[in-house]
Amino acid sequence: MKQQETVKNLSAYERSVHLHGRVWGAMALTLMLMVPIAVCVYFDAWPPLTAVFKALLGVAPLYWTVGIIEVFTFVPMLGTGGSYLGFVTGNLTNLKVPAALNAMQAAKVRAGTEEGDVISTIAIASSSIITTLIIALGVFLLGSIQPLLESPALKPAFDNILPAMFGALGVVFISKNPKIAVAPLLFMVVLFLAVPSLSSSVSVLVPVGALIAIGVARILYKKGMLNGKEGA
Amino acid sequence: MEFSVNHPFLYWIAGLVVVFVIAQSAFFLYKAIRQAKKLNIDAGVIRKTVFSSALFSIAPAVSILVGVITLSKFLGLPLPWLRLSVLGAVTYELPAATMAASTMNATVNETIISAQTFSVIVWVMTVGILSGLLLVLFGLKKIQGGMSSLTGKDKRWGQILSDSLFLGMISAFVGLLFANVRSGLPGFVPIVVALVSALLMAICGILIKKLKWTWLEQYAMPICMLGAMALSIPITGLMQ
Repeated sequence: MKQQETVKNLSAYERSVHLHGRVWGAMALTLMLMVPIAVCVYFDAWPPLTAVFKALLGVAPLYWTVGIIEVFTFVPMLGTGGSYLGFVTGNLTNLKVPAALNAMQAAKVRAGTEEGDVISTIAIASSSIITTLIIALGVFLLGSIQPLLESPALKPAFDNILPAMFGALGVVFISKNPKIAVAPLLFMVVLFLAVPSLSSSVSVLVPVGALIAIGVARILYKKGMLNGKEGA
Repeated sequence: MEFSVNHPFLYWIAGLVVVFVIAQSAFFLYKAIRQAKKLNIDAGVIRKTVFSSALFSIAPAVSILVGVITLSKFLGLPLPWLRLSVLGAVTYELPAATMAASTMNATVNETIISAQTFSVIVWVMTVGILSGLLLVLFGLKKIQGGMSSLTGKDKRWGQILSDSLFLGMISAFVGLLFANVRSGLPGFVPIVVALVSALLMAICGILIKKLKWTWLEQYAMPICMLGAMALSIPITGLMQ
């Protein structure tokens, strides 16, 4: 499998993904910023700047930090095309990243290779299209489906999407890398048992788990304990 | 112009953004499929990746729709529809909207009726989540260059490094399953559901390896996820 080249020596495909990713990303950014401007102009309702800054002070420090951490954590998993697309379409931790991991695993390609990059992009694009269409359809059919979606009988299923997703995904990746997995798993289980309120900050803990896993992996690798079939 | 959280103008804006997201996704899908063919990736693998990812996304998409409904009770439908179709998630949008509403002395318990309050909320929800997009837009090449230098020419270490990143993410979410165990038996429901999902995956693995059901490889994940979600209903009933 072709390992991706360094930045100075990108393939024609990678160069074009960077170019198109930036163009689409810039258009998305412009469009997103045009929404509040359009609301203000159309309804003639410009907000008091102090109120906007005050509210941003409450959310931006945390969420801007989380956003930056997510980039460093997810870019190596999603690849170039997947990153440009995923960071516009959102819902990364609960949908796009697991979808990309699942697709690469099933197609037997690795993240960080050009094959991994295209499979990840195909997965994220397909996921984005179907998600956007389902939400749009749901919005227009809301009157008829709202009682079903909010029915107490179905509530447990929606409450348990993440366990259902990470149970299956976890068994695949943990069984392939048990030596690396033990330390971050134990750390996270103990942490959540000790501080349950951290459940609202799980995104921030992803890079913490990654750093622990990388540290353990580096030690095991240097000691020659990862020369078996881990991750193969 | 008289304001309403469900004003047709807001639906038009949301529709425009949704069309843009679909267009961008379709463009990247086309480009990636074309490149996959050049890399001699089997057409069957490409097709299965598309269908499997679509199937995998159905349940989370419906869950996002439930988030849209939750937010719509005070923000109307178009804004949550728009916000949850682009960069963002309900775990961010709700606190951001709550914070913005509170600076205008409004609450999230009732529908927003002031256009000015609404515009503060829209600005905060938009600007408060832009860091990831901005960083990718202006720094992705450099970040990837930095990542490449971390692994150098050691291909094996590069593989281990990417596996470690996956495991970091998975361990955080597996740890999360244990967050509510102190609340008694119902707090164990997520753990049991995850174990059921893992068991279903193990069964799929056996079917793939022993019975050579190779078609199942691409669909095992969505099947296990939907199966565990369905089984979470009786599991919850039994454990509450």
